[in-house]
Amino acid sequence: MADRSQGSLVARRILRNPIAVAGLAIILGYLFIAAFAPHIAPFDPTAQDLSRSFAPISAGNPMGCDEFGRDILSRIIFGARTSLIIQFFSVCIALVIGVFLGALGGYFGGRLDEAIMRVMDVLLAFPGILLALAIVAMLGPDLRNLIIAIGVYSIPQFARITRGSVISVRQNDYVTAARAIGENQSSIILRYVLPNAISPIIIQTTLRMATVLLTAAGLGFLGLGVQPPEPEWGTMLSNARMYLRSAPMVAVFPGLSIMLVVLGFNFFGDGLQDALNPRLKE
Amino acid sequence: MLIPVLVGVSLTAFLILHLAPGDPARLMAGVEASQEDVDMLRHKFGLDRPLPVQYAMFVKGLVTGELMSLRFESPAMEIILPKLKNTLILACASIVVAVVLGVTAGVLSATHRKSWIDYAATILSLFGISMPVFWWGLLLMLLFSVKLMWLPSGGMGTFRHIILPAVVLGTASTGIIARMTRSSMLDVLRQDYITTAAAKGLTRRLVVNRHALRNALIPTVTVVGLQFGQLLAGAVLTETVFTWPGIGRLLVTSILARDLPVVQAALVIIALLFVFVNLAVDILYAVLDPRIRYNG
Repeated sequence: MADRSQGSLVARRILRNPIAVAGLAIILGYLFIAAFAPHIAPFDPTAQDLSRSFAPISAGNPMGCDEFGRDILSRIIFGARTSLIIQFFSVCIALVIGVFLGALGGYFGGRLDEAIMRVMDVLLAFPGILLALAIVAMLGPDLRNLIIAIGVYSIPQFARITRGSVISVRQNDYVTAARAIGENQSSIILRYVLPNAISPIIIQTTLRMATVLLTAAGLGFLGLGVQPPEPEWGTMLSNARMYLRSAPMVAVFPGLSIMLVVLGFNFFGDGLQDALNPRLKE
Repeated sequence: MLIPVLVGVSLTAFLILHLAPGDPARLMAGVEASQEDVDMLRHKFGLDRPLPVQYAMFVKGLVTGELMSLRFESPAMEIILPKLKNTLILACASIVVAVVLGVTAGVLSATHRKSWIDYAATILSLFGISMPVFWWGLLLMLLFSVKLMWLPSGGMGTFRHIILPAVVLGTASTGIIARMTRSSMLDVLRQDYITTAAAKGLTRRLVVNRHALRNALIPTVTVVGLQFGQLLAGAVLTETVFTWPGIGRLLVTSILARDLPVVQAALVIIALLFVFVNLAVDILYAVLDPRIRYNG
């Protein structure tokens, strides 16, 4: 999978797919905004100016101001940074632990596999946002706990995908051969099994970035996410909701940002899926 | 197979709240409470007993319905069950919306492959999946309740109250069902028996409706079942937007009010419901597709 000809084949397939290219463009724009937030944002995202409370859209405030007179554009820009931090670290937690558990269960099978998958089943029995909600409710709402909660709730997905993929790879002759020449187990898993089982994991990682952002914003909307005055899109929406009748515009931009970024990852993940599994498409 | 999951679910709900840093009694009583109050609470709820004993008490309370809410001085189940009914009403309405729209879009996509209908349906499905439900809810509320004043903005009562929440909650599922139906329909349309049916001279409509759709819907049934569980969870957000008196909103208000027994019981009940729905889907799947047989 990692050799160059296949890599460029996949890249070419993605670039031929307009939806995937659109997704990639959104993701790159998002990364740029998050990385250079302090240089792009016209104002301090937490600076209040009550005289400008709900100031309308103008040249100075292209998205208007919120209830405390804070510049919404600047809060959106810094919010991108918050979202990216949450996405990156929570997906990292889930990826490392989930892939480890999935590879272990899938490769060795037997009782170990049985035990790991039963635990994953239990975690998966709490549908959608609920597990993250329960964890963050108990740890208390802040950025670090939010990352832990969302990371933990994403572990089963990675474990399952990895396990399935590892099981299908481990029967291949080159794995048997590696075992026959006496390579040790961990090097077989790391050098022969995982690299060949990685496509579904890459796809899952991309799509999970979308889900994780929706979950983080959802928890923010419920008041259980990043706490104000830190700029976070879901929390911004939660505040905007209180002024929906008098200042509806305040609710528009944070939601639009969430949707665009999620859409970007879903578009790209969808294209990646087609590019890595061309047979599925036809 | 089922029993370990049931035990695991109750154990998880129990442990999440007990292994969390901090003293649960202090958490329940609030920061301002005196030490005596905290100690009294600790004793009243058996929090001074060993963890296994506490877990046994929790399970017993769940099964006998004696688990008490801290907020309302009444059994947690008496508070939860009516709310659960409201959530089920909402989830069923959303499933109807999602199945009708999703299957229609998926079938049209597959039968008009690579046409503008197909592309539009694919892009709309991705939009549906990517839409934050709470924002989508606010937008529709803004349009239909605040601007046009056609539909109520929240609460429960008449048929008109359920329209917006059901559409909002069903949006993501619509997208997922549409994508599933499209791909399974495309799969089926390539099968030999479809070619045979067409070769017999049957009309395209008859081939699609009688021969293809029935088989294409089998994977869709699974997705619908899985979506039902997601709807129970998605209801947390939708119910908050539309102040729908369901179990999701109860869960959030109970978390904010630190009513831990209600939080634990609600978590267990939603998880159990989800597990049973998934089991039912597995069984239904075997009934619909006689090729699938489960051993034991």
